[in-house]
Amino acid sequence: MLIDGRFPAGGHTNSAGVEAAARIGDVRDDATLERYLIGRLATTGKVDAAFCAHVAALTDPTDALLAEIDAEYSARVPSPKLRDASRRFGRQMLRAGSTVWSGPIVDVVARSPSGAHQPVVLGAFVAAAGGTPHDAAALSFHHLAAAVTSAAIRLLGLDPMTVAAAQARVGREVDQWMVDADSWATAPVAELPACGGSLTEILAEDHGRWDARLFVA
Amino acid sequence: MPPHDIPHDNFLQDSAPLGRADVETRRALRVGIGGPVGSGKTTLVGALCALLRDGLSIVVVTNDIFTSEDADALSEAAALPTERIVAVETGCCPHTAIRDDIAANLDAVEQLEKLHGDVDLTLVESGGDNLTAIFSRGLVDVQIFVLDTAGGDDVPRKGGPGVAMADLLVINKVDLAQYVGSDVDRMLSDARDRRDGRPVIPTSLVDQSGAREVAEWVTAQIAARRR
Repeated sequence: MLIDGRFPAGGHTNSAGVEAAARIGDVRDDATLERYLIGRLATTGKVDAAFCAHVAALTDPTDALLAEIDAEYSARVPSPKLRDASRRFGRQMLRAGSTVWSGPIVDVVARSPSGAHQPVVLGAFVAAAGGTPHDAAALSFHHLAAAVTSAAIRLLGLDPMTVAAAQARVGREVDQWMVDADSWATAPVAELPACGGSLTEILAEDHGRWDARLFVA
Repeated sequence: MPPHDIPHDNFLQDSAPLGRADVETRRALRVGIGGPVGSGKTTLVGALCALLRDGLSIVVVTNDIFTSEDADALSEAAALPTERIVAVETGCCPHTAIRDDIAANLDAVEQLEKLHGDVDLTLVESGGDNLTAIFSRGLVDVQIFVLDTAGGDDVPRKGGPGVAMADLLVINKVDLAQYVGSDVDRMLSDARDRRDGRPVIPTSLVDQSGAREVAEWVTAQIAARRR
């Protein structure tokens, strides 16, 4: 439910950078879309999955711990507009998810003074639903892949059949995440991956200044 | 983990029915304004704001592909300060944003109402869409569907959720009917046949006074809600 495109958490308004990438021609067909998705998974996708898995594994969530996680994640997202979007998607997922799941981790996340980032909220609901860090990493992949592919289908009119095949192919590239999830779960938060992509951040800042947008980010 | 393995006690058992907890305590009436592209939704929003702004605190959320020029035009027509108007991105799916996944709109509505505190009326204008679009009851309290005579006089007969179920149906641009060969009387009677007694108002929004009857309907909705 959490990453189902029909779950009412506003995911359909997230292109995960595809709207901006399409404008500069970086994404224009099946091949460039697949390349883009691989790029996102190797950079911001991995960071998001790591934080999601880490939060899903928290056994004793406290306000101080969540504040530290928030600071560490924010430091990995240099673009203020992207950080705003991440908190907005987090807020929307929190509202929708809170009608279904509850638990101490959800309570702590809901208390975050500045609002939690989306991967943190996703991780919290995975934990509240009884999921594992592996589940969190897998859901994080699906969340990103679905945002990228559905936005490209809508913006560029790509064939949804070939895009689905590309999504399945790319999924195999992140099999390693299932192994990594165990270490992300136990690592100190400061040591989680910090491999965001600079072009992602630059394009997001530009996109946030457009006069007319179809997607939030 | 497959969904059927989720421990059952992790689901909320005894909470209130799902929906908006604030529906009883909230001050603002939330009104959805939907309808096909070009039917006059933005013009209606502008006219309602202009007619009602002296007596009511109003905010607007728009789902149109919205540029700063649109914002300027709307704030000029509505004489609302721009901080009372917010545009929501709909991810190329205007109907999804008002019906299936209202998260972005609900977030914008709540942020605006919180920012201004005293809001009486929140207008949510949908992006131009087809006849199957309708607002979720989780997003708005009442909704207005706007058609126009130039879009074809067979549209009310086609029906659809907007035509049949909207709390108010507005048939706009009646002044153009004679130029496009539309039969306004037929549109009104077809619409009434489909609407089970709910009201239909013909308008011509070439000037803002054309929206007066709609504004009175909105005011009556606010009064009814506070009673």
